[in-house]
Amino acid sequence: MKLALPKGRLLKDTAALLERVGLGLAGYDERSRSYRLKSSRFPDLFLKVFQERDIPIQVAIGNYDLGICGLDWVEELLVKYPSGDLERVKDLWYGKSDLYVVASGHAGVSSVEEINDGFDRVRIVSEYQNLAESFALRQRLRRFSILPIWGAGEIYPPESADLAIIAETSVGNFASYALVPLARILTSRAFLIANRNGLAKADLSELLACLQPFEVETEAETPLPAITAGMFEKATQGEKIRLALPDGHLLKAAAEFLDKAGLNIRGYSGEMGEGGECGESEKATRRPTIDLPGVMIKVIRPQDMPLQVANENFDLAITGEDWLNDHLYRFPSSPVKEILKLGFGKVTVVAVVSEDLPARDTHELRDLVNGGLLPTIRVASEYVNIADKYARDHHLARCKIIPTWGASEAFLPEDADLLIENTETGETLAKHNLEVIDTLFESSACLIGNENPPESDFKRERINYIVEALRQASS
Amino acid sequence: MKVPKCKGMRDLLPDDMAKFRQLEGVFRDCSLKWGYDEVRTPTLEYLHLFTATGTLTPSMLGRVYSFLDWDGWSGERVVLRPEGTIPTARLYLENLAGGEISRLSYVGNTFTFEETGKERRERWQCGVELIGTSQPLADVELMLLASEVLGKLGIGPLEVKLSHAGLIKALIGELGLGTAEQTQIFDQILEGNIKALAEIKTEDVDLKRALALLLDVTGSSSGFLENVGALLGKALPRFEPSLSNLSSIAELLSTMDCPYQIDIASGRGFEYYTGVMFQLYVSKERVGGGGRYDDLIPLVGGPPVPASGFALYVDQLMDLVKLEGRPVPRILVQPRDSDVTGLKVCFEVARSLREAGYLVELDQGKKAVGDYRWLLSVSGEGLFRLTDQATGRKSELTSEAEILKMMGESG
Repeated sequence: MKLALPKGRLLKDTAALLERVGLGLAGYDERSRSYRLKSSRFPDLFLKVFQERDIPIQVAIGNYDLGICGLDWVEELLVKYPSGDLERVKDLWYGKSDLYVVASGHAGVSSVEEINDGFDRVRIVSEYQNLAESFALRQRLRRFSILPIWGAGEIYPPESADLAIIAETSVGNFASYALVPLARILTSRAFLIANRNGLAKADLSELLACLQPFEVETEAETPLPAITAGMFEKATQGEKIRLALPDGHLLKAAAEFLDKAGLNIRGYSGEMGEGGECGESEKATRRPTIDLPGVMIKVIRPQDMPLQVANENFDLAITGEDWLNDHLYRFPSSPVKEILKLGFGKVTVVAVVSEDLPARDTHELRDLVNGGLLPTIRVASEYVNIADKYARDHHLARCKIIPTWGASEAFLPEDADLLIENTETGETLAKHNLEVIDTLFESSACLIGNENPPESDFKRERINYIVEALRQASS
Repeated sequence: MKVPKCKGMRDLLPDDMAKFRQLEGVFRDCSLKWGYDEVRTPTLEYLHLFTATGTLTPSMLGRVYSFLDWDGWSGERVVLRPEGTIPTARLYLENLAGGEISRLSYVGNTFTFEETGKERRERWQCGVELIGTSQPLADVELMLLASEVLGKLGIGPLEVKLSHAGLIKALIGELGLGTAEQTQIFDQILEGNIKALAEIKTEDVDLKRALALLLDVTGSSSGFLENVGALLGKALPRFEPSLSNLSSIAELLSTMDCPYQIDIASGRGFEYYTGVMFQLYVSKERVGGGGRYDDLIPLVGGPPVPASGFALYVDQLMDLVKLEGRPVPRILVQPRDSDVTGLKVCFEVARSLREAGYLVELDQGKKAVGDYRWLLSVSGEGLFRLTDQATGRKSELTSEAEILKMMGESG
């Protein structure tokens, strides 16, 4: 029996459930670095911890018999692949987080019906790109673009997207982002899911019987707030260039670098606040401010920046060369270009296998694959396009690319054979008994922009000013 | 390692291709003679060509093969064309618009996902579009052309079932539903669920009777439509345009001795249909369909140009068509001497025989000689031994002319 458990948001409540039913797990908590767990009650049960989003895929392809994750990620998979072997088994009644279609309160849209009239082409950002596409088709949007993102969807409208489809625990939270919910497209909680073949073949009854929800609270849906005209002022865009700064592990170094460049940015470094609003001066927000008129800043995921810059939703962005490459491998004629190497945030992108795999370099790996010892090679990576190109370039004949959303090292050896991953020191990899068999490239932070400069003189001048300030700091 | 074909896809083997070409040949020949010029649209189109309001239903759009192109960073998708008419309308608009009447034909494949993989996800169709006229005569022309193609293919007996999108829409309109609901019901009907309409409760007794008559009874003359009209009572004016349009078409078909059934429940197809819809059946199998789509060209961004068209479903027809014509006799040329001169003579005689209309292969070994009507053994000196495998008769010959004469005499 194999059970996949979630990291992150659902971890605490899931751990509480499993403790209450007496699974006897050690090490399933937020501080733990181990991905494989043992149950004292079910000695034959293999448990592994994944990013929540990976779990429906792992269960659908049969790597795990059972999994616990939010219904949102289950539906995201099923809406695109309805014929898969994924079964929703039980509502666990915790981890409520619904999916909403939201627009900026400043966009002047008050219902989904108005969307078609309001925009020539509707730009939709979402972590849930399949549900977003399904929504757009159902809504009969005449023309739309789905821009997949890794997170921070709430910060995109109105400048960088017309609609965002995001998960939120309470409909009341949108006001602090100046967002208005136009529709609730899914009510989601933690679910127990199963692989159909697993259910058909193996006896999982004892485990299924004990995985019961703690308490069932049926509460009435909070109605969406009525949207009245003039709730928010209609935005006056003005002439502004849009600069994207990275959250996550690049944040600290980027903030120091910007200081060094003499760009006085407030609200970027420090603890990230809950809301996206401009907080007090010392509190970090997703909309920091700068002492430079005509510049707007948003803090988003570095993964999402190349696509956003290609679409002119941002003019400049500080991201990693790894993510720039990942974008350019998928879209070779993209107008995104690297303007400056910034030097910080150095990582190496490497190909990694488990120490148990009898391959010490790419040639040996290829021989394993093409010799039939590994009939298909499963390549796990956050960098889907880099991984895809790597497999192509090295003639790995039959390969499956498994997209992951972090903690990719947990995939080896059971759920993937090869990992394309970044590493700073190699320590984490060694700790998980993994071995680097190839180095793809070095990556560090860089400033990216669009090769088609904006028409406005003012915007070009502002872009040049920032580029020059960063250039001097990097030399 | 054997790699099978993709799920839901079909290989066309030599016998299938022979039937395919025969079908395509008859279709092209007929449609060209009726004045339809052949066009071909690309396999890839922008998704938003098909998302333009009311051109394809959400459930059809949910089954298209869509993906991001290599320059698809904008997030706008491209699709493998899911049907033939909308791309043809785009082609017309982009290249040919402005003329009085355009008659276009095409043979192409379409792609629609189907979950089990047991049905075909790639299908072939022969289609025509008659753009620029809204006359009933145009719809009748299409039905007669379809009927002629099927007749020449020896496929029959053909059943033509008529329905009318305007009539169905008017019916839905009478039921007092909201716009979104109306569209939803219309889509369900077009996907084959006519019951959706019958399940709707209505207090209007006249309407209920007319509805029952329309949905349950199949008419075989325009008189049927007169009866329906009489039953509609006060609602009649709203049905009048569609009823009289369908009547005109029915009368014309009667005049042309083209049998048909008026079967409102038979309406199938696309949301873009506005007028008559016709389905072509042969022994219970739906082998084609079409209809009038006067709003489609405006919907894809063009001027108000009316149009109608139909498509014949090649995959279904291939099961019905019989391979015609006797196969061309095959000749196997066998070099007696493998030196260069001997081979040269072989190639030369083979070319002459091909020019005379025969199918000639050079012996590469490994293939049973039983597959050939004639064996021709060739020596370097230009001496030929011709064996007629049908009779066993062998002849020693010295020139190509003698070979042709001998074969001609044997038939």
